[in-house]
Amino acid sequence: MKHELITDAKLISNYINGDESALEVLIEKHKQRIYSFIYSKVYDGDVADDIFQDTFIKVIKTLKRGAYNEEGKFLPWVMRIAHNLVIDFFRKNKRMPKFDNTGEFSIFSVLSDSTLNAEKTIIKAQIETDVRRLVDELPDDQREVLLMRIYKDMSFKEISERTGVSINTALGRMRYALINMRKIIEKHNIVLTD
Amino acid sequence: MEKIYSKQPNKNQNKFEPKVDTINFLLNYSKSLRVLKYKHLKFDTILN
Repeated sequence: MKHELITDAKLISNYINGDESALEVLIEKHKQRIYSFIYSKVYDGDVADDIFQDTFIKVIKTLKRGAYNEEGKFLPWVMRIAHNLVIDFFRKNKRMPKFDNTGEFSIFSVLSDSTLNAEKTIIKAQIETDVRRLVDELPDDQREVLLMRIYKDMSFKEISERTGVSINTALGRMRYALINMRKIIEKHNIVLTD
Repeated sequence: MEKIYSKQPNKNQNKFEPKVDTINFLLNYSKSLRVLKYKHLKFDTILN
């Protein structure tokens, strides 16, 4: 309870000025949220512990170097570090050789590269351009809903509020947008796969 | 027989918390870490 009364900013300031106990308070205060966040991504207690540890090592180093920019956003900052480390973990894991106990080891499981090569990059860009042209062919009301939903990742509730129509109308417009795009694709024999 | 769920102990209560060892490691790491400044450079040193 006492911890709640001291702000993060004050604790950080105390810690930077040499009060090591302030770090303990900070960790105690935020450990559950940070750990839960990491665990919700990796679903492994040991991995979550490792990432939690790495997160705070970065926090400690940054604070001790005086590189922390205090804007009253300690927790979001730590969460962002944790988030980046979770991404690093998944990237690293992807490149790790995996043994499936079949007795055979394929060198390609180690050498495989998930990044697109030059040809695939060009094809992907071409597909995206083609799709965008198809979208531009749609009637205004349908195009508007589709752009908000797919490109801006808005919910149908947000779309209905923005466009001033009901959610059902927005859903209907999205449905017709997709139907119309399929029709155009079939009519012109457009191939969108690589 | 009827189960009283409210009286079940919550076995996962500590599941979403880091291990005590992890926190102790961090606190000890913090105590041992010193940042030395030399001109515009900063060096991390771990004191035993």
